[in-house]
This record gives sequence, C-alpha cells and structure tokens, in this order.
Amino acid sequence: MELARRIAVPVAAIAVTLVLWELLVWANDWPDYKMASPSDLGPAFWKYRWLFLQYSWDTLWRTIAGLGLSVIVGTLIGMVMGFSRVMREALYPLLVGFNAIPKATVVPVIALIFVGAHDMNTILIAFMISFFPIAVSISIGLSTLEPEYRDILSSLGASRFTIFRKIALPKTLPEFFGALKVAVTLAFIGTNLMEIVEPHGKGLGHLFDSGKINADYPLMFAVLIALAFLGILLFYVVVVLERTFAGWAERGDT
Amino acid sequence: MLSAPRIELRSVTHAYRTKAGPLPVLDDLSFACADESFTAVVGPSGCGKSTLTRLIAGLLRPDDGDVLLHGESVVGPRSTVGMAFQNPVLLEWRSIIDNVVLPLEIVPNDLSKAERRQRSHELLSLVGLAGFEEKRPSQLSGGMRQRASLCRALVHRPEVLILDEPFGALDAFTREDLWQTMHTLRREENITCLLITHDLRESVFLADKVIVLSGRPAHVQYTIDVALGEERTIEDLYTPEATDMLHELRHQIEIAQGRAPADEPPKDR
Repeated sequence: MELARRIAVPVAAIAVTLVLWELLVWANDWPDYKMASPSDLGPAFWKYRWLFLQYSWDTLWRTIAGLGLSVIVGTLIGMVMGFSRVMREALYPLLVGFNAIPKATVVPVIALIFVGAHDMNTILIAFMISFFPIAVSISIGLSTLEPEYRDILSSLGASRFTIFRKIALPKTLPEFFGALKVAVTLAFIGTNLMEIVEPHGKGLGHLFDSGKINADYPLMFAVLIALAFLGILLFYVVVVLERTFAGWAERGDT
Repeated sequence: MLSAPRIELRSVTHAYRTKAGPLPVLDDLSFACADESFTAVVGPSGCGKSTLTRLIAGLLRPDDGDVLLHGESVVGPRSTVGMAFQNPVLLEWRSIIDNVVLPLEIVPNDLSKAERRQRSHELLSLVGLAGFEEKRPSQLSGGMRQRASLCRALVHRPEVLILDEPFGALDAFTREDLWQTMHTLRREENITCLLITHDLRESVFLADKVIVLSGRPAHVQYTIDVALGEERTIEDLYTPEATDMLHELRHQIEIAQGRAPADEPPKDR
C-alpha cells in the first residue's frame, strides 16, 4: 500500500504534466516545429526505436563511466583536502577556478587533444563537470570530524587508516551521496555536451543533432524526454544505494 | 615491594603554542592515584583539565615532566586506557551493541565475535540497557547514550578509566542516576578512575579523593580525601560531613578563580 502510493503519486504527477503540455500546444494551435506535443512523441519513439536503444546505451554507459571516474578522483581529492589544511588551502582556488570554466568551451579543446578518441573524450567531459561536488563534500565531511571521534580510537592506539575506515569514511557517506545526486545530473549534461557540440555518431546528443539537421522536431523533443528518463533512472539508482549504505542517516518516524 | 601508583604525574608542565606565543596550561603539576582508586579533578573553566586527560591517554606529550601509568612512562596511546567524554560520540551507523564492541575491534585480543558481543551485552545489562542492544543511538535518550558510551570505554577491560565531564550535559536527575551507575561499574570492573568535572557534588559523591586545580597555568592547589563510606546514596550528600567538604571545595574554587584571597593555610583533613 505504502509502496503503491509512493509509485502512484510521481506517476500521476508525470501524467498530469503531459496532459497540461498537450493542452497547451492544442490550445495555442502550435505547429510541431514550434513545440511538439506528447502525442507526437510516440510515433517519433517508435520510428527510431532501435536508434533510441542504441544511443541511450551509448549515453548511459559513458555517463556512468564518467561518474565512476568522478567518484574515484573526487574522493581522493576530497581526502587529501580533508586531512591536510595546507592542501585544502592550495587546492581550493584551483578547483573553484576549474569548476567556473564553462565546460562547453573545454569540449573542443579536449576533442583536439585526443583527436578521434570519442568515448574517452565524452567520459572525460562527464568527469570534469561532475567531480567538484564530490571532492568538496568529502573534504568538508572529513575536516569537520569532531576531535572526540578521532580520540576514542586513537587513544586505543588505532592507526590513521583504521580511524578513516571505521569512522571518517562511514560518517561522510551521507554527504557523499548528497553530492552524488548532484553529480549524476551534471555527468549527463557533460556527456550530452560532448555529443552535441562534437557530434561523432554516438549517443542521444547525436540523435538530437540529426533531428535538428533534418528539421524533425518531434524527434528532438523525444530525445529530450529520453534524456530526462535516463536521468531519473540513474538518480533513483543512487537513491537506492544511499538507502543501502547510508540509510542510518535518515531520521525515521521512530 | 610497594607497587607503583596506577597513575602518577611528576612535575608535568605543558604549554600550547598560539599566535600570541606559548600559552602555559599546566605548571609543575604532580599527583598520584592509587590502584582502583577514584580521583576527581575540579578547577575553574579553562584551567587545562582536558589537557590533563589527553596527556594521561597518551594523545599528547608533556613539554616537561613525566606521566606514568603503573610506573611506566606514557609515550603514546595504550589500550589499557578507556575514555568517555561529555559528548557520548556514538557512531550513528552502528547499533548500540556494535558501538560498545568497537574497542575490541581495535585492541588486540583473542575473543571470538560471540565472546565480544557477550562481554558487551553483560556491560549493557549492568548499566540498565539490556534490550536496547540493536537500537540505533538516535533512538536513545541522552542519559542512555552516555551509559552506552561508558560501556564502550570499559569493554576492553582497561586498567584506567578517564572521564572528561561525561555527565555534564545531562539533566540533574539523570545525572544522579548515572552516578549510581558509575558506582556499580566501579565495583564490578576494578578500575582506577580519573574524573574531570565542574560539579562539586558529583566529585564528592563519586570520588575517594578530590583535587582542586589552580587557575591557568594549573598546579594542584588543594587535595581532600572524601570521608564517606563505600556505599553511597544521594542522601549522603546532605550530611554535615558532605556539606563541610562541599563548602571547603567551593571556597577553594573561589581562590582558584582569584575571587578569594589564599591567605589561610589549606585545612588538614
């Protein structure tokens, strides 16, 4: 019952949104090149169903790979910054500066450095756009660890690594998952940026681009919906992981 | 041969390095705690009481002088010490019993997993937390969390228990309950206790000996042996003997704070 409600409410919200969208287009009598309506999307999906499957997979695995890289590198940077004040002071301006560069301007640079390595280029952009929140959250989580937490273990002779494994790491998990939710969305933006700005025949970004070239507007809207769907999917994967590994941080009704 | 005192401080001097130069906190501090004794240390705020606990725990080395545990100089943390703080610092992602087991995962020992849980369970029963083993810390009240924290400090059978104001954040009645619990634990576990506190009644109720530290930099200003029996109830705090002691301790704190002249020689008891 509880589960049914938790699924039914969001699904109903999506249905209502689609109906409103349809009504908006219908009431204004917009042609599909101005704004496609949900009823145009079905045929577009069906017509290109195999391309959608193929390209969704391209986009999805490269996003996940970029995100994986973000988790590894972001966690390492966060650890270095969290444990050393000098490193924190040294790295913060660099990270903030790097994060402030619009990634659209980095896309051609990356494409030039690694000519032709499309998968790697895409993964790299997804990584570059999404590691920042992870690094910051881990570093804040570690640097704000109360000294008593360290003392209860170090007074027993525990090593720095043991303290990290038993206390610092689990204690930082809620912040980490919070950052990961932001990073998921960012990584999608990164992947699609590469696919659209430097089209190379792969991914939903490429499908969007060919829709644009062929003036197939329903296809362009269908791609946007497919992207939204993938984003939701990956987001909820993170939510499930969060419940599994950091569920203790949720304040229940108890 | 007379055995060495469990805890001994010999002319311990320590200063913190700050931007404005060294800030001396402890100055020529010397005292000793006998085996299985209970010593309370009181003193004005900021007089270096917490520094004292970190020195004994081996988390800090003194600038000068020596800290000895059973005649051996403390050069680093050792597993024969247990600590509890004002903040119970329980790990939110572990159940209560897993929090208590934690030190046994760090300190070398040949207990099996079941024996570790058994030991933790016995301690939890002793402090009245039987049945709460699988609860999360967030599901317990402040007093219960502090009880669990005491169990964690004792689970690896330390010889010395250092208590840094563990009852300071509790309401008055809960605190008095915890004092009774502390008596029970001490009787069962044969430990040498050093309690840092701001609460004079607490020091008199729990300790065999109360040490008053002077203002910063701290040295021993006054020592009093608590002449109450082994078995104590809250009622004992209202006897004339206890009231006299509290009165004298209060006076000593005033002196330590610089609010009363230190003209009279310390009373001999």
